[in-house]
Amino acid sequence: MSAVPLNEDYSRRTLVALMADRPGVLSRVSNLFRRRNYNIESLTVGHSETPNISRMTIVVHANDAVLEQVIKQLYTLIDVTKVSEIDDQEAVIRELALIKIHAPSGKRAEVKQLVDIFRAQIIDVSHDSMTVEITGTEDKVNSLIEILRPFGLKELTRTGRVAMARGAQNTNGEQ
Amino acid sequence: MKLNGAKILWKCFEREGVEVVFGITGGAIMPVYHEMPNYPIRHVTMRHEQAAAHAADGYARATGKVGVCMSTSGPGATNLVTGIATAYMDSSPLVAVTGQVASSALGTDAFQEADVTGITMPITKHNYLLTDVKDMPVVVKEAFYIARTGRPGPVLIDIAKDAQMAETEFTYPESINLPGYKPHLQGNMRQVRQAAEMINEARRPLLLAGRGVIIAEAEEELRTLAEKAHIPIVTSLLGKGAIPETHELCLGMGGMHGEAYVNHALQETDLIVGIGARFDDRLTGRAETFAPKAKVIHVDISPAEIGKRVPVDVPIVGDARNVLEDLLPLVQPARHKDWLAWIEKRREDSLSRDILFKESDKLQPQYVVRNIWELTEGKAIMVSDVGQNQMWEAQYYLHQRFGGLITSGGLGTMGFALPAAIGTTVGRPECPVWAVAGDGGFQMTCQELTTIVQEELPIKIVILNNGYLGMVRQWQELFFEKNYSATRIVGPDFAKLAQAYGIPGRTVEEKSKVAEALQEAQATEGPILIDFHIEQEHNVFPIVPAGKPIDRMLRRPVEED
Repeated sequence: MSAVPLNEDYSRRTLVALMADRPGVLSRVSNLFRRRNYNIESLTVGHSETPNISRMTIVVHANDAVLEQVIKQLYTLIDVTKVSEIDDQEAVIRELALIKIHAPSGKRAEVKQLVDIFRAQIIDVSHDSMTVEITGTEDKVNSLIEILRPFGLKELTRTGRVAMARGAQNTNGEQ
Repeated sequence: MKLNGAKILWKCFEREGVEVVFGITGGAIMPVYHEMPNYPIRHVTMRHEQAAAHAADGYARATGKVGVCMSTSGPGATNLVTGIATAYMDSSPLVAVTGQVASSALGTDAFQEADVTGITMPITKHNYLLTDVKDMPVVVKEAFYIARTGRPGPVLIDIAKDAQMAETEFTYPESINLPGYKPHLQGNMRQVRQAAEMINEARRPLLLAGRGVIIAEAEEELRTLAEKAHIPIVTSLLGKGAIPETHELCLGMGGMHGEAYVNHALQETDLIVGIGARFDDRLTGRAETFAPKAKVIHVDISPAEIGKRVPVDVPIVGDARNVLEDLLPLVQPARHKDWLAWIEKRREDSLSRDILFKESDKLQPQYVVRNIWELTEGKAIMVSDVGQNQMWEAQYYLHQRFGGLITSGGLGTMGFALPAAIGTTVGRPECPVWAVAGDGGFQMTCQELTTIVQEELPIKIVILNNGYLGMVRQWQELFFEKNYSATRIVGPDFAKLAQAYGIPGRTVEEKSKVAEALQEAQATEGPILIDFHIEQEHNVFPIVPAGKPIDRMLRRPVEED
């Protein structure tokens, strides 16, 4: 018998958790991750299709053993009703980013062209800046950020991952 | 009829069968205390809120019922924290009620305001901030249900002062609606069958019994399984008393201060059946080196405990008694003669080293504990503190009574013994209750001597007084170059202190007086305190150094000068 390995095979894993929409529930979840020393990469929360049930997408850096513990610990929270791992291959995973770049009038055409290639949108323009909205996989978002970076990144915000199982499969386990 | 929140709280307590509340009043809980005299529930006024939580914890452990403690907001509530954390670590069912400032003042840093639900989030099974009196019956019912079911634990209800005073129609809910909370009580039969097969095939099996066996009241089932399949039982500290410790198949406690033969058996076994034990680090030593030859079956009511510290071959989530009941008919009768002979040989060697405490003229702590054991025939409820005194109790008091040891295992809270003994005695007035503490831990909560007098509780208090924070001093001696930094402590004359409170007190400095003093204590009707001045630099052996495998212990010296 050997101990649970802690430092190998770590990768980014996506969990979707359903929980009662009560005050303090977000703090319970984030508190748990901090206290148990789990490495959380992003966490998003919002309403689900069921009234009074919130849906949280959590990206955590973990191996199988740690992920199992994360799931079990989430279930120890009274408000949490369902936790599932979302397999990247069988899920739609999206992130939204708002990117504000330095773009005086001479640069705008070039920016517009790049934004179109990514099927992103320009949602705000001022005399020397443009704000771009992109929705897509994290890779796609990363690529656009890197391409826009040389113009001068003034401000950036990303939502973190939201995920949903593909097709007929429901994240809450129902078909 | 409309009732205010305070009345509703007491009515809910009545419905939940609450017999006693341990607490201290204060500004933000006054409406609740104002109504208290109108309800047939005993209130034990403590002298510090930490003690109130420990007393409720002791009551819960001794009775299996939910213990209730109560305090005001702010400092009252933060004082409860150590007691709540203690109960949380040891799966003790508690409902803690705290007053809170009025909901209109929440978040304004009002007088005696503290974020109590925020503070207690990581040390409660669940908690509530109650600002609307209409929620009170549902919240209280849920709180008791959550505290006592599944893996028991503390639940806190923080009640804003205006919610204590506002009125509403009182109806107690019939049922609970908690979609996210469904304790799994019955083991999966496929896994139970798999476990039975492994038990039937094992050549050197061990049962590892933890507090889960005691919580599930699975005494008979555990003993029957052990006898039928002829499997020796190792216990954790909190598993002591899961089986009479003089039973031929009970090896005793394993781990950091386990006897050598117990730890050797753990390292040699080919199958560990853990039942309601969480494989904590004091038991396993360095996890990577624990039980290298063993497969592991882990029975626990909390899925989160399974696979947390050691990998598990067969996980079974369920109540210990249910799972043992299912397991019993599937397990074949067996005789593990060679295995028991192997252990017996090592046990003899361990026992032979133990002669030293009998032959010394000095007043040794083991001698005191062994004498209490003989006097009480192992049938007392022992409430021990934390540190050397706790380990001597664990090594030398062989519990005959199921659940006869109450001690702070997980959190290791010094100062636990005296207030927990109060709760124990309130809950089990028919049982002899002995509190054993060191001089350090005793001084952390000794204000509760007054509560003992006030409530007329016949607690026998034993202080193993060595003038040190002994366990740390021992570590300093063994692992920190004998640098006794901040461990030498002075204390008062404890006998006189007891007398000042109105409790008979006595000091014992000679070995020859031990038996007689203990007999006097037993014969005394009310409480009594005996301060034993034990050999000051006496160590707990065996001890496994931190981070070492559990068979690499330092053993008792064979000879002593």
